[in-house]
Amino acid sequence: MAGGKHILGGLLFVAAAAVGPFLPAWLISLLTIALASALVVLGLVLLWRAGLVSFGQALYYAIGAYAVALMMRWTGIHDAFLAVIIAAFAAALTAFFVGFLLARYREIFFAMLSLALSMILYGVLVKTEALGSTDGFNVSTPTFLGYAPHGFELTVALYWYALALGAIAAVIVGAYMRSVAGALAVPVRDNEIRVEYLGVSATRLIHLKLVIAGTLGGVGGAIAAMSISHVDPAMSYWTTSGGFVFITILAGAGSVAAAFIGSILFELVRTASVALMPGTWQLILGTVLLLTILFLPDGLGSLFTRRRKVAGESAQ
Amino acid sequence: MNPVISVRDLQKTFGSVVAARDINVDIPALQTVGIIGANGAGKTTFVNMITGHIKPTSGTISFAGKDVTGLPSRTICRMGISRSFQVAQIFPSLTVYENMCAAAAIARTNASVFRYALMPLLNEAAVSETEEAIDLFQLSKYRDAPAATLPQGVRKLLDIAMAVAGRPQVLLLDEPTSGISVEEKYDLMEIVMAALKSRKVTVLFVEHDMELVDRFAERVLAFYDGTVISDGSPAEVLGDPRVQELITGHALPRSGSVAHA
Repeated sequence: MAGGKHILGGLLFVAAAAVGPFLPAWLISLLTIALASALVVLGLVLLWRAGLVSFGQALYYAIGAYAVALMMRWTGIHDAFLAVIIAAFAAALTAFFVGFLLARYREIFFAMLSLALSMILYGVLVKTEALGSTDGFNVSTPTFLGYAPHGFELTVALYWYALALGAIAAVIVGAYMRSVAGALAVPVRDNEIRVEYLGVSATRLIHLKLVIAGTLGGVGGAIAAMSISHVDPAMSYWTTSGGFVFITILAGAGSVAAAFIGSILFELVRTASVALMPGTWQLILGTVLLLTILFLPDGLGSLFTRRRKVAGESAQ
Repeated sequence: MNPVISVRDLQKTFGSVVAARDINVDIPALQTVGIIGANGAGKTTFVNMITGHIKPTSGTISFAGKDVTGLPSRTICRMGISRSFQVAQIFPSLTVYENMCAAAAIARTNASVFRYALMPLLNEAAVSETEEAIDLFQLSKYRDAPAATLPQGVRKLLDIAMAVAGRPQVLLLDEPTSGISVEEKYDLMEIVMAALKSRKVTVLFVEHDMELVDRFAERVLAFYDGTVISDGSPAEVLGDPRVQELITGHALPRSGSVAHA
């Protein structure tokens, strides 16, 4: 069954890559940003499965984004591959250190502490004039191992790049979910005492999940920074984190694919809402969230699993 | 023969409350030991100290010749002392099969969480181990039922089955039959004791029902006021006038279950 999923995913990936050059520029950019969000959401899904909601995932998103921006500004190296590696490393390191604190907390305390940490970064960024304070600063045009596209070509190149990173992340996260550590997410959520008395530290498991989620967040931030060509402190603001949690609720924690579909849907709905009701677009977004919680409490992912279940039952 | 568990001068105080004092016990391998005593006599405190759930104030606990006093429960568990709980500690959102799979996966290899992230959950060894354990504890009927929906007795069985997934040498059962009807108690204990015998496990079980103790224990420790007041065969201990006066005669519900903290 996992094989079938991989084939389907591979076909979708090829199709998504193939249609890229034929789409309007605004839609390609939208999809690139959606892919960036999807990476962050994949990390949130991992935490969500262990019963943890992070309201501060923008911390890693912003770290990743600023790491890319600063690398380009300080070193003059504009390579997108190196940028993502550095962003991932910076975010992973941040997650590793704050993980010692965060992994000890659960439920609302975990959520609020993660939010507080991201707001500390926001405060620091706003107060740092060298980094442009609230305005942020521009990010140079990235190159791809010497290939230096411009204009529409760059937009498409970034989209392909984000798509490739998304695919890699999807495969890795999928493999992680089927690993022993991944499968222990529900046990950790359900009953830490039994996990400890089987001989595994629930805290260390959560720490590992935090680092994976943080790394994904950093890569997401790197893609966003290169796509928008600009970074500013709002990337670490709590509403940004809230957006990621929103997508996670929309997608549900059941599947990797749902994180991507949810992110794309979120960006489409947001863009349409802003076009339709510029002043009060949040109203539409809020309604969508409300309807999701009412009718799809387990998210978009449950649409597939639900149908599979029904099919399985009728087959019996 | 060297004892598998050796307890010396064990004390535990919570502020001014003395929960356990002067406990000196040697448990030989493969013995089945019943632990009796009224509520608050120190039985669970004793179990909690051996399994690392709480640290003793003073005294030592050795397991197979190694000092395990005050080690984290996780480490003690990996060394070979496992336990079940008065309230079954299972994973309610998973099925019985998934519960056992998780337990088997962890138990099979003692690895860091990083290695766990690279190890696939299901391989042949884990699957066959899981199937065997499900058969051994007669859980096949409930195999695909979510653990949250299980009857009390089956929850207890699952809890114990998970506790022995790591092939421990010693298993401590904290009131395995609490919250279970009188008719079901014997069936449960028969299944558990037969399974543990076939796995060659040294068993210590806390029990309020003296008939069960008499039937399943080879040796009985009677706790009163934080210490062991009588230690010997079931006939000796249950016939001890002090035990009869302080524990079995009154202050203790004979059969029937009383859950306490």
